[in-house]
Amino acid sequence: MNFRLAWRNIWRNKRRTLITTASVFTAVILAILMRSLQLGAYDRMIDNVVSFYTGHIQLHQAGYWEDQTIDNSFEPNDSIYTILQKTKEITGYVPRLESFALASAREMTKGVMVVGIEPEAESTVTRLKEKIVKGRYLTANENAAILSEGLAKYLRLGIGDTLVLLGQGYHGASAAGMYPINGIVKFPSPDLNQRMVYLPLKQAQQLYSADHRATSIVISIDQSKDASVVATELRSSFKGKPIQVMDWREMLPNLVQLIEVDNAGGIITSGILYMIIGFGIFGTILMMLTERTREFGILIAIGMKKMRLISIVTLEILMISGLGVLLGVVLGIPIVSYFHFNPIHISGEMAAAYERFGMEPVFPFSIAASLFYTQALVVLGITLVLAIYPWFRLRKLKTIDALKS
Amino acid sequence: MAVIESIHLTKIYDEGPVKVRAVNDVSLKIEEGEFAAIVGPSGSGKTTLLNIIGGLDHPTSGKVLINGNDISELSENQLIDFRLHNIGFIFQAYNLIPVLTARENVSFVMLLQKRPKAEREKRTEELLKEVGLLDRINNRPSELSGGQQQRVAVARALASRPKFVLADEPTANLDSKSTANLLDIMARLNHEENMTFIFSTHDSRVIERARRVITLEDGHIVSDVQQTPHT
Ligand SMILES: Nc1ncnc2c1ncn2[C@@H]1O[C@H](COP(=O)(O)OP(=O)(O)OP(=O)(O)O)[C@@H](O)[C@H]1O
Ligand SMILES: [Mg+2]
Repeated sequence: MNFRLAWRNIWRNKRRTLITTASVFTAVILAILMRSLQLGAYDRMIDNVVSFYTGHIQLHQAGYWEDQTIDNSFEPNDSIYTILQKTKEITGYVPRLESFALASAREMTKGVMVVGIEPEAESTVTRLKEKIVKGRYLTANENAAILSEGLAKYLRLGIGDTLVLLGQGYHGASAAGMYPINGIVKFPSPDLNQRMVYLPLKQAQQLYSADHRATSIVISIDQSKDASVVATELRSSFKGKPIQVMDWREMLPNLVQLIEVDNAGGIITSGILYMIIGFGIFGTILMMLTERTREFGILIAIGMKKMRLISIVTLEILMISGLGVLLGVVLGIPIVSYFHFNPIHISGEMAAAYERFGMEPVFPFSIAASLFYTQALVVLGITLVLAIYPWFRLRKLKTIDALKS
Repeated sequence: MAVIESIHLTKIYDEGPVKVRAVNDVSLKIEEGEFAAIVGPSGSGKTTLLNIIGGLDHPTSGKVLINGNDISELSENQLIDFRLHNIGFIFQAYNLIPVLTARENVSFVMLLQKRPKAEREKRTEELLKEVGLLDRINNRPSELSGGQQQRVAVARALASRPKFVLADEPTANLDSKSTANLLDIMARLNHEENMTFIFSTHDSRVIERARRVITLEDGHIVSDVQQTPHT
C-alpha cells in the first residue's frame, strides 16, 4: 500500500517528477562518463607500464631500488624460486638483468636502458612479444637485440643494422658489445618507447660481466589489484633474507601520485555536480510537502501514523531519484561499454602534442562495476540525507494546523 | 454511559493582542445513537469544540471522556490509533486522498486497521452502495462532484466502524439538493446502523433535520434542545 500510494503520488505532478528525474539522470550519466574516462585512462596508464615492463611485483637485492647499479645485483637461487612457486596467486616470474648503457650507431649516441630477458619466460610475465612491430622476437641463445621504436628512430637504425652498447659492468669491469637488430617493439608508453633495448639474458650477463646474476625477478599475479597483498605475503616469506619485495605502486610512485591527484579532481567535480542535483531534489521535496500539508492533516486525523506517512514521502523521494539513477545506469552501460571496446583514438597534431607530454593519445573507458554502483550509492545517500527534512517536518506537524492550511 | 462527555471544556487562544475564549466551559453529554447539530454564528467555537472532542486539538482546561476514557492522557501515537478505531471524520471539503479511487478511499481506513481483505471489500461495496455511488466506485475524487465526494467521505467515516462520526459543516460547499441528499444518507445510517452523528452547521435546512440542537455563542452553550426532525 505504501508503495502504491507513493508511486501514484509522484505522478500527481508529472512535469516536476520528470524534471527532477531528468536532472538526476543527467548528473548520473555525466558522472559515469567522466569517471569512466578517468578510470579508463588510469587503468591504461598503469597497464602500459605494468604489463609491458615492471610486472606486478619485483624482487631485488636489498638496497637495489635505492641505488640501481649492477653492483647491487644478486644470484637468483632455488630457495627463492621455491617460495615463488608456493605462492598460489603468482602466475609467472622471470629474472632480468637491467642496467644503463650508451647506445651508439654511426654519429648518434643516446643513454638507454638495457634489459636482459629470458625471451620465452618473459612472455609469462609481460606482453613484450605482442608489441613487436618489425622483425622478430628474441630467442634465448642468439646474439641479437630488440629496440624500442622511438629509440630506433632516434638512432636511425633498422632491422639488420648493428647496435653498439658501451657501459660499466659488474664491479667496474668495462662493458662493450655489438648486436645485430632483430626486431623493433612499439610501446604505448611514450617514455618506455624512447629508451629500451632488450637482449637475451645470457648476452646481457656477458656484456656486464655478471654471469648468473640478475637485478630483479619480475612477478605477475592473477589480479593486479591484489599486488600489495601478495607483496606483503612475500615479504614475510623472505623475512631475514636480503631480498626487497616491491609492488608496482611502490615502483611507480610518480604515476600513482599523478593518478591520485587527478582522481581527487574528478571526485570533487562529480561532488559539485551532485550537490547541484541535491538542491534540485530538495526543491521538489519542499514543494511536495507544502502543497500537501492539508492532505497530511487529513491522513493523520483519520488514523495514519506519522512514521507511515514519513516512509511514504521518503519512498516517493527515493522513487524519483532512483528512477533517474536507473535510467542513467541503464543508458550508461552500453555507452561506456562501446567506448571501452572501441577506445577513442586521437590523431594528427593533438596526438603529437599528447605524446610530447608523455601521454598516449588514446582514451579508453573503464567498465568497472564500481563506476555504476558508486553513482547509485551516492544518489541514494544524498536522497536519504535529504529525507531527513520531511521526517523532521512531518514529526513536528500539528494535525490541527495542517487541517486548517 | 455517554459516548462522549465533555467536562468544563475551555479553549483559550492567547496569541493575538486579546485572549479569545473559543470554547468556554462547555459541559456536554452525547449518548449513543444521537443525531446532534452544533449550531451558532461564525466564530462561536463550533470547529474548535468538534476538534477537541475528536482528539485533534487540546483543550486549555477541562476533559473529554470517550466511553469513559480520558483522551487527554493519550500520547500522540495512541491518539492517532484511538481516532482510527473510534472516530469517523467528515470535513467541510477535500476530505479524500486525491490519488485513490472512491473504493480505495473507503477501504483505506480499514487497511490502516489491518482488517482482512474480504471484509474490507465487502464493507466498502456495502457503504458505497448505501451512499448511492456504486457506479462511481473506481473514480478518483477529481472525477466526482462535490456532493459525491462528501458522500464518499461519509462512507469512509463509517468504514472503520467508529463509535461516532464528527462532521464539521459537511454541507457548507453543497447546493441544496446535494445537502438534502447527504442528510438523508446520514439520517438513514444513524437509523439503520445506530451510528452517532455530531455535525456543525449554519444552515437552517440542516438544523431542522437534527434531533438535538446545541447552540453555541462565544464558546458558550446557550441552548441545548431535543426536537422532532423534519424528514
Ligand atoms: N488558531 C487560532 N488562533 C487564534 N484564534 C483562533 C484560532 N482558531 C480559532 N480561533 C478563534 O476562536 C474562535 C472560534 O473559532 P471557530 O473556528 O471554532 O469558530 P466556528 O464556530 O467554527 O466558526 P465558523 O462558523 O466560521 O466556522 C474564533 O473567534 C476564532 O477567531
Ligand atoms: Mg468552523
